[in-house]
Order: sequence, then structure tokens, then C-alpha cells
Amino acid sequence: MSDVVLHIDGKDVTVPEGTTVLEAARSVGIAVPTLCHHEKLAPYGGCRVCMVEAELRGATRLVAACTHPVEPELVVRTRSEKIDRIRRSVLELLLAHAPDSTRLRELAREYGARRDRFEPDASFCIHCGLCVRYCAEVKRKFAVGFVDRGIRKEIAFVPEIAAKECNACKECFELCPTSYLQAAFVLVESLAFPRPAETDRTEG
Amino acid sequence: MARLNSSEDLERLRREILARRDPKKPCVAVCAGTGCLASGAADVVAAFRRELDARGLADKVALRGTGCHGFCEKGPIVVLDPEETCYLQATPADVPEIIEKSLMGKEVVERLLYVDPQTKEKTVREPDIPFYKHQKRMVFGPNRKLDPRNIEDYLAIGGYRALARALFERTPEQVILEVKESRLRGRGGAGFLTGVKWEFARRAAGKPKYVVVNCDEGDPGAYMDRSLMEGNPHAVLEGLLIGAYAIGAHEGFFYVRQEYPLAVENLGIALRQAEEHGLLGKNILGSDFDFTAQVHRGAGAFVCGEETALLASLEGQAGEPKPRPPYPAVKGLWGKPTNINNVETWANVPLILNEGAAAFAAIGTAGSKGTKIFSLVGKIANTGLVEVPMGLPLRDVVFKIGGGIPGGRKFKAMQTGGPSGGCIPEELLDLPVGFDELTRAGSMMGSGGMIVMDEDTCMVDVARYFVDFLTEESCGKCVPCREGLRQMHRILTRITKGEGHEGDLETLQQLAETAQEASLCALGRTAPNPFLSTLRYFRDEYEAHIREKRCPALSCKALIHYWIDPAKCRACMLCLRKCPTQAIDGGKQRIHVIDQAKCTNCGTCFEVCPAKFGAVRKLSGVPVPPPIPEEQRTLVRARKQDE
Repeated sequence: MSDVVLHIDGKDVTVPEGTTVLEAARSVGIAVPTLCHHEKLAPYGGCRVCMVEAELRGATRLVAACTHPVEPELVVRTRSEKIDRIRRSVLELLLAHAPDSTRLRELAREYGARRDRFEPDASFCIHCGLCVRYCAEVKRKFAVGFVDRGIRKEIAFVPEIAAKECNACKECFELCPTSYLQAAFVLVESLAFPRPAETDRTEG
Repeated sequence: MARLNSSEDLERLRREILARRDPKKPCVAVCAGTGCLASGAADVVAAFRRELDARGLADKVALRGTGCHGFCEKGPIVVLDPEETCYLQATPADVPEIIEKSLMGKEVVERLLYVDPQTKEKTVREPDIPFYKHQKRMVFGPNRKLDPRNIEDYLAIGGYRALARALFERTPEQVILEVKESRLRGRGGAGFLTGVKWEFARRAAGKPKYVVVNCDEGDPGAYMDRSLMEGNPHAVLEGLLIGAYAIGAHEGFFYVRQEYPLAVENLGIALRQAEEHGLLGKNILGSDFDFTAQVHRGAGAFVCGEETALLASLEGQAGEPKPRPPYPAVKGLWGKPTNINNVETWANVPLILNEGAAAFAAIGTAGSKGTKIFSLVGKIANTGLVEVPMGLPLRDVVFKIGGGIPGGRKFKAMQTGGPSGGCIPEELLDLPVGFDELTRAGSMMGSGGMIVMDEDTCMVDVARYFVDFLTEESCGKCVPCREGLRQMHRILTRITKGEGHEGDLETLQQLAETAQEASLCALGRTAPNPFLSTLRYFRDEYEAHIREKRCPALSCKALIHYWIDPAKCRACMLCLRKCPTQAIDGGKQRIHVIDQAKCTNCGTCFEVCPAKFGAVRKLSGVPVPPPIPEEQRTLVRARKQDE
């Protein structure tokens, strides 16, 4: 693998071929926000807050830093009026689902995103897929997955797997940028394995 | 069936087939495409078989169920060869007369001929019907001549000659060069140069390589890929074989929608027959080229037409797109170099090898070569599949081929490119058909949908409809598409209900920019087109909805009221009787009045009011006049007599 030289926010950056723009930026201390990225997981490209401007031979386009591979002579700008506008718009769309997420509110402050731009849709999950992918790619347990698709897509635990694996692991909990994952887990726990004592009490 | 082991074997078989066939022998060709089958073609074929047998004509007259002819509006279509006499909307009851007059005699059954709606002139021969006359049917034309379930029909018209030419007279590089020189661009939507795409896959490192046919046609109202796959599967297979040879692939996949059972069936038959003839499998036509193909049925997701999502689905994963690069040519199916083309693109390939790249490139505009098949639907007299040379003005498609707008209504816009295409207004109708031309106008070629809209169509509602479709079909992976479209759909719905407010258009534009610039795949990036193009050409309609709560096309239910003009009402009782909510007050000789509180805006009264009265009117953005006083409602006899 040979090295590639590119320019990020005016800095010359040399990284091995196959590196993503996000990794290249972070290697020289340039911060690019992400919501669905995790260094142990394959790049996903779902949240789109890491969009950056990439200029090559005079043509500029927006690319997702987390999935776009570096190219020689690529000129990357991680902030611009347009980038900020897109990030703001993405954040506002997500805040409609999880208005109280600490991570989202932090980013919202930086990009001037409003929590109430869109009608609230309190589903809490922002579909970053971190839990699903972590369980599949790192733990290889597939205890949590996506069900349905599009605007009806949801995460769901598979009770049979969750019963065996999750109590001892719960590594995905801290990955969740909202509080939905924990809630989903509590739900599957209570539905699949009601505690006899509690059940008795409510029925009695 | 003996295997064909050389190019000479193929030519010999072709000569044998032709020698067995008398070109003068009468042939009844009944369209057996999905459209005609739905209007009863199978019964027509059965009636012909029965009647021909009964008259002892079974040996003297050939009977063939063919691929789709395209004029689906007028199906079932029956064409009598060699004269090419064309009968439309034929039923089993017409069959004895057709046989007696036109097959046993030389008479024409006048009542089944095409009648020009304006001039009332009748046309006998199929190619002379205006719908066909202005087309150029290079790819789609053979459909009408062959039974898709009989490889001999395809061989008879020169089938697999292009494959033999590629295998024995060209190196793979020469084939790629020829396709590059033809300037063929992908017919699936993106319009990328096919030859260049093939070259990427050929040069990519890694083995094995794969070729894929994209038959996951999902645009509402579009069915050209379906009709090609059903009507001429061998042409698609021949193109695929040539491409596989050029790229160096030995395995291919047909990704066909589950909803296309006839395409799957006819394709399966075609693959089996090709294999029996040595046109598929090991040592094709005796060469050292091996190729196998499998059919994979898609599970009905629009997004699987996107190539990376299609490949994910083919691998058994959820049909969600992946970021490009890496492109499938480099890292595709199971991480191997893969070339995907649309059905129509593959079907063009044999033509290029047969006619030569120069002949192909001589047709069309500077940037778009050859022909394109469109499904022409909506408010148009002649609904159907049309194949036109690139560069033909849209106006000719609408008026010469499509026969204009029915019911004396006015043309308003043409939506091209499928749900994520755009609307082209009347003032741009002289635009030549072509990839770049349509993109510049804010629409796109897409896979070839053309939906014609008349003056009764509300453009805001059209945008809402397509955004609704795309919201439903979003895979949900990336935020700008999943969430952005969800919000766009909400806002557009509000506007059509008269609940729009200042700032909505700006928010929509912001969401449109986010989806265009930041979505992961082409579905999301093009999804705002229906909104953006209608805003560009019909901004006044948006403003009327938002500011005046008025729908200029009188189409949005929440913004219109039905009102009976007392000066025109003749108290005929029609609307009064048909009203499902008994909202109409009146009686014999008593002018009818709609009780607005009971009216549900269903529009029945508007439809049933006789045109000579035209008393029921739609109002939008203006208050409904108060009902006329009871004492003035009686119709005076004198008024009735003037009528």
C-alpha cells in the first residue's frame, strides 16, 4: 500500500491508501462530527453529519468523510457555510426524534440547530445502527437488529439471543447516542422474562 | 436438440428454420404481453386455435402469441401477417369473422381497425397507425415478430449472430471498443457510458467477475423492462453473453421483480432453450467461453433498482445501498468485480454488434445515441410503450405518437424519469429527448417513465404524490432521505390541505438541498426532483395553495367546494339521486342546492351533471355563494321550454 497525500483544511496530510477522509482528518487532529461512526466497525455512512467538501481537479462535491477513501491531491474542507447548513439540517431532523440526546444537543449548539424545527416524532432512536452493527460485527451475536424499513425502521432485540447474551455484555449501551437502546432492552426484558414476584404482586 | 458447436452450426440451423417457414404463409400474431393478457388475449388465442382447428386450417395458418406490441391501450391486439393487418380490442367473438373474412377471404374487418379519433379515418396496417408510424422500434420491434417461448423465432430473425461475431471475430477488448464507440449510455437511469463501465470491470483485479441484469423496474407506471424481458428474453441474454465475454465473467444473474411472473417464466424457458442449443453453459458455440446464468427474484423494494442495494439483496442482505466508491466494477457482488446493466441496455448490445457502432451512433443527439423505450401513460389518448430515437421533440411523443390529450383538455406537464424525475411544462415541449437535455430541464431520463398531465392536475399534489411514494420506498439507512423525505411529505400534505404557511417553501428547499447533497444513494439525491421541478415551473400554484388556500387546478379536495349554479340547474334530479351523503336538496322543478355541511367533496355530482347543463362547478379560494332563497327555487315552465 502506497501513501497518499491530500489537503485537509489547508494542511498536507499523508496517509496510507485506503484510509478514509475521516481517519485522515483525525490523524492530524482535525475534528469531524460523527454519529454513526465507530472505529471498530465497518464504515456505514448513515447519519451524514460528517459530510465534507471534497475538491478534485476543480470539481467540488460533498462526500461522507467516514466512507470516502482518500485520493491523491484531494482538497478537503471540513467546514463551510454549506457544510454547516447541511449538518444543521440533519441535526434538526434527528432532534425531532431525540430532542434530549446529550450528543445531539452538543452538536446542535455548535451548528445552531433548533430542537423544534420539525414536528416532534418522539421515537428516540436515530437509526445510527451502532448497537446493531456492534453486536453483529464485534460481538457476532446478532442479539439486536433492524426490523422493517424506511420511516418504519426500528431496532429490536431478539429475545432468545438477548436472554442468553445481553446481561453479561451490554457493551452497546454506551454507544447509543440517545437513550432508546436501553429502553428497548428494558422492554424486551420485561416482556420476555417477567419477574414472577412482580407478576404476582400486580395480579394479587 | 443438437448442440450448436460453431458459428457455422448456428447459421445452418437458421437456414433450416427459415427453409421450413413459408414467408407467404398467413400468420396470426396475437400480443401475449401482460397488458393484452389482462384484457383477454389468452382467450383470443384459444379461440383462434379452436376455430382454425374446426375449419381444418391449423396447418395452413400459423398462430403465435407474441411479446408486447406496445399499444396496450387498444389490446388485445391481433396482427395478420404477412399483410400486417391490425385488429384492435379483439375478443373471442370476433375470431370467426376474422378467420372467414381476412384469412379465408381477402376482406378487412372494418370495425376492428384503428380509427383516428379526430379524422375518423381508419388504418389497416399496423405500421401505418400513427402510434407506430412515428416510432423507431429497433429494440422493441422484434417483440411483435416472435413467440418469446420459442428460440427458433429469435434465431429466425438473426438471433445470436452478434454473439457468434463477438466470440469468433472479436477480442474482448474489441467488443468493449465497439460498445464505447457506439456511445451507448445506460438505460436504467444514470446514463453512464456502457462501454466505459465494461472497461472498468474488465480492468479490475480479482476473480471471478460477475455480470448482472437489473430487471427490478419499480417506477410507478413504467413497464418497458418487463415487456422486453417477457417479450424478447433472448435479446437480453444475448447482450449479457456478449458483455460477459467482453468483461471476462463466467457467471451472471438476472435480478427480476417477483411481481413479474411472466418475465420470470419466459426467461426461464429462454435460458433452458439456450442451454440446450449450446448457447449457455460450457464451450458456448464451440468456443472456449463458458457462462452460466441464474434468475433471482427481487422482493419488491424500489431501492433495489439501485445497483449497490441490488447487489446487497442478491447476496442475501437487506436491500440497502452502500457508499460508492468502491464501485461495483471494482468491488461488487461478494466483493468481486461486477458489471450491472439495465434490461434495455443489454438488449441494445446485439444491435450494436450487428449493425456496427457507427450506425448506432448515427442515431440521436450529440450526447445520447440510439433509441429509448418509454412508457407513455397518464392523460394521453394512446397509452402504451413507445420507442423513439433520441433527439425526438417531446411534443412529437405527446401529440404524434400519443395522440394528444383526451377529452379536449389542455396539456399541462409531462413527468419524466420515474418518481424521482421532474415535471416538464408546456413551454419546454420542444425539448429533444436525451439524457442531458432532460437533466438540464430539472428532470431526468430515468428508466423511461413518461406521465402526461392535463390542466386538471394539481402540481403541488403531484409533488406530494411522488414524495409520498419515495418516502415509502426509502430504505431508511441515511438521514437526509429517511427523515428529510418524511418531513417534506408532511409539509407538502399540509399545503395540499390548505394548512401551508409562510416559510414552508424555504423549509422544503432546505430539505431538498440536504437530500440532494448529502444522501447516500441516487434515490435520495434525486428524491427532491418532483418538488424542485414543480416549484421551478409552477411556483404560482404553491403560492396559491399557501397564501390564498386555493387550488388553481381545482383538484385538492380540502381546498374546493362543489356548488350548483342556480342559473344553469335544470332540476334533473341526477346529482340529487347519486349523492352518497344526501347533501343535495331539491326536487322535480326545484333547483338543486348542495348543503355544504353534508358535502364530502366526492365529486359525484360534478361527474353526473349532464355536460349540456354544466351546472355543478368547483370553487376554490372563493366563498361559496349563499343558497338561493326557497321561494326562488321553483323552475318556471317557460325556462324548461327554452331548453
